[in-house]
Amino acid sequence: MATTAAPAPAYAGSHAAGGEQTGLWSWLATVDHKRIGTLYLWTALFFFCVGGIEAFIMRLQLMQPNGQVVSAEVFNQLFTMHGTTMIFLVVMPLSAAFFNFLIPLQIGARDVAFPRLNAFSYWVYLFGGLFMTLPILFNSAPNGGWFGYAPLTTMQFSGGLNIDFWVLGLQILGVSSLAAAFNFITTIINMRAPGMSLMRMPIFTWMSFVVQFLLVLAFPAITIALFFLQFDRFFGTQFYEIAAGADPLLWQHLFWVFGHPEVYILILPAFGLASEILPTFSKKPLFGYNVMVYSGIMIGFLGFGVWAHHMFAVGMGATADTIFSMATMLIGIPTGVKIFNWVATMWGGNLKFTVPMKFAVALVALFTIGGISGVMHSSPPTDLQQTDTYFIVAHFHYVLFGGSIMGIMGGIYFYYPKMVGRYMSETLGNWHFWLFFIGMNMTFFPMHFSGMLGMPRRIYTYDAGQGWDTFNLWSSIGVFIQGLGLVIFVYNFLKSRKSGAVAPNDAWGAGTLEWSIPSPPPEYNFAQLPVVTSRYPLWDLKHPEMTADLTHSAPDQMVITDSHAVPVHEETERKTAHELGIPMPFPTIKPLFAALFMVLMVGALVLVHAISMQVAVAVMITCAALFIGTIYGWLTSPLE
Amino acid sequence: MATAALEHDANAGHGEHQHYTSTGLEHRKIAIWALIGSECMLFASLISTYLIYKGRSRVGPWPHDWGCKTSNVIGKTAEAVQAAGCAAADVMKPILDIPVTSQSTFVLLMSSLAMVLALEGVENAGKPGYDKWYKGSKFWLAMTAIMGATFLGYQSYEFTSFVHEGLTIRTNLFGSSFFTLTGFHGTHVAVGVLWLMTMLFIDMKRGLKGATDVLLVDICALYWHFVDVVWIAIFTLIYLIQ
Repeated sequence: MATTAAPAPAYAGSHAAGGEQTGLWSWLATVDHKRIGTLYLWTALFFFCVGGIEAFIMRLQLMQPNGQVVSAEVFNQLFTMHGTTMIFLVVMPLSAAFFNFLIPLQIGARDVAFPRLNAFSYWVYLFGGLFMTLPILFNSAPNGGWFGYAPLTTMQFSGGLNIDFWVLGLQILGVSSLAAAFNFITTIINMRAPGMSLMRMPIFTWMSFVVQFLLVLAFPAITIALFFLQFDRFFGTQFYEIAAGADPLLWQHLFWVFGHPEVYILILPAFGLASEILPTFSKKPLFGYNVMVYSGIMIGFLGFGVWAHHMFAVGMGATADTIFSMATMLIGIPTGVKIFNWVATMWGGNLKFTVPMKFAVALVALFTIGGISGVMHSSPPTDLQQTDTYFIVAHFHYVLFGGSIMGIMGGIYFYYPKMVGRYMSETLGNWHFWLFFIGMNMTFFPMHFSGMLGMPRRIYTYDAGQGWDTFNLWSSIGVFIQGLGLVIFVYNFLKSRKSGAVAPNDAWGAGTLEWSIPSPPPEYNFAQLPVVTSRYPLWDLKHPEMTADLTHSAPDQMVITDSHAVPVHEETERKTAHELGIPMPFPTIKPLFAALFMVLMVGALVLVHAISMQVAVAVMITCAALFIGTIYGWLTSPLE
Repeated sequence: MATAALEHDANAGHGEHQHYTSTGLEHRKIAIWALIGSECMLFASLISTYLIYKGRSRVGPWPHDWGCKTSNVIGKTAEAVQAAGCAAADVMKPILDIPVTSQSTFVLLMSSLAMVLALEGVENAGKPGYDKWYKGSKFWLAMTAIMGATFLGYQSYEFTSFVHEGLTIRTNLFGSSFFTLTGFHGTHVAVGVLWLMTMLFIDMKRGLKGATDVLLVDICALYWHFVDVVWIAIFTLIYLIQ
């Protein structure tokens, strides 16, 4: 590790230095994208542990035939909340943690376009996540699967409050994602440093850019599907009422029009992180940058045309099946291109297998396994055999755990020094990596077999003698190994904040802008806006031989509209924003209250079933008034 | 509370506090376009659901046809329904009243014109000729808001009369999808009216003038025109095409 590169800066590990505020209030009222990113990271890791415990209990139940650990009802709540938690409360917010922390740093900006909206997104996520998770303590957590198929989730088949919490919780989380997406689209389009053309943006920022468009265009579909379900449940509409002539596939179509782009929302940020880690530890620019960008866009674009491959078993007819089957096979091409480009990036490189590099390489390998079983499902006859079996569970855990989580874990080890100013322990990191890698394969690989032998998803128990016993035992042991890995990770994550080796600006010898500023970065990020002349500005500075083949523009040929911009350099001075005369946004508590009132306003609908319509309407109107009042207060107070 | 939007200097938009942006556009201009893109998908989902459910209702009333309360007879005229054996007292009128909704559509379309003139008023505030009341932003912002409110008035009248004719959000798939779709649009209009009234309030208090204020009204106008365009789609697909 490059710990010897620079003398320990005095501020390392202490947020208090540099004139920054500390204490609870500084976090509640923060509008700093780095702090909000940190909040996202901590909250999402908390939910990761919650979702992990849910999986752990399920695997205890399924370890042996006729398990007696939990009841069928509790098992329903467990698998519903495991899926919902991992997708909406873990992987998306973990990605959001990196969007927040990294995008402004990578594009050379001082904050996101709308700092207060950013804080609002986080608080909505936190309150929405708690709204959906807490009912599990009262045995009334959502129990209809993470996809909540209607009409199963209508009042007729799912009375009780369980599904109410799910519907309203997802609506709330949708607001958070959409608000963040508008923010990041604007940030990336409008706040790039002078000289950073679109095709010079770091790949992580590019993949995030694609993801924001997926969010903006995919979330409205589920918002509407959820509104219909909400209206059916609370106001007696007939959207999912088969007896009234409703289409039983309406929900499935609307849900998967969102649900498939959602898959790419989950994986593309991890792809972006791997694309930052692999070149750094191969000491080579990313192979085929342009094609990586185009394939990312292609994946996003095609992602909207393949949703019905989740529905091959419902009988859509040969024409629809064929079209969606071909579109699905097509999407394998840009994804395969990415895999080959990563391999080619490593090819002939000066490889250094640090912990983040191991996670990134694991992503390439494990995602490929999941990707190949994905191509298998794209054929409707094959898919019919596999639908609703553990084979599907194996497939999507290889792409989501092997892909997203491995990539994000790599990202955490990689960017931890930038976030905290200290490295995480490599020794513990290695233990974590190998326990995750072995445990993950031990859990999910046998599921291919139990699935092929016909074990259905979501069953809470099974009889002995169907050939599933051994595979289930292996899967459960694998989860215990992963659990151990998670404990080591959490310990490492907490401990290294104080005792990790001090990291210099450029913790790993990477080439992008975020490594040119101190670790952790000052509140204003860049004392002067950097002028970017190529894709790897820091390598231009330190290792010009590595970027000799890339196109560069000379700074004096560029039209710089900002008089304060300077060529990229390593920033070591640490002054306050005030000393530098940089206007920073004021901290404000208003986004937190706006989020709180909005969540209460939406969540109060649950009172319709819990107490009465009158009480619900009274609470909702009160909260709506408070929400609108807070928004007016927010919009009329100055930003900086 | 300090109110920046209310108190700032009219020329601040040209001041040194302007941040560098890659495109030269203000952030809010880009964000509003992203929002509009998202809203397109929202209304696309609502409109497609309405169209998918068109003709699938098991009971009346129907949007364009005459029906019968006691049987599933459908006809193009009252006579046709009666001829098929429906008692005169049980005949149900077609729900959609195209002449009335054409009036509200006209009002909403004209409000977009008023919005354009309001923006022109802010852009030219203080210039010669724009001091006349009928050229100024105050008058046209008020007109836009009034026309938006008129549209909402028509919509409440429409909803009330439909309920009297026997169509509620619970009656059939047509009722569920119609009220949800037009209700969503109406909510958007209501938000727009609130937004316009806020702009008008600021204009009355300190006068809208200068680049920053042009932007404030510009993003409001983009939203308003979008809501208008969506209504053109709804009016054509739901009302006019039978």
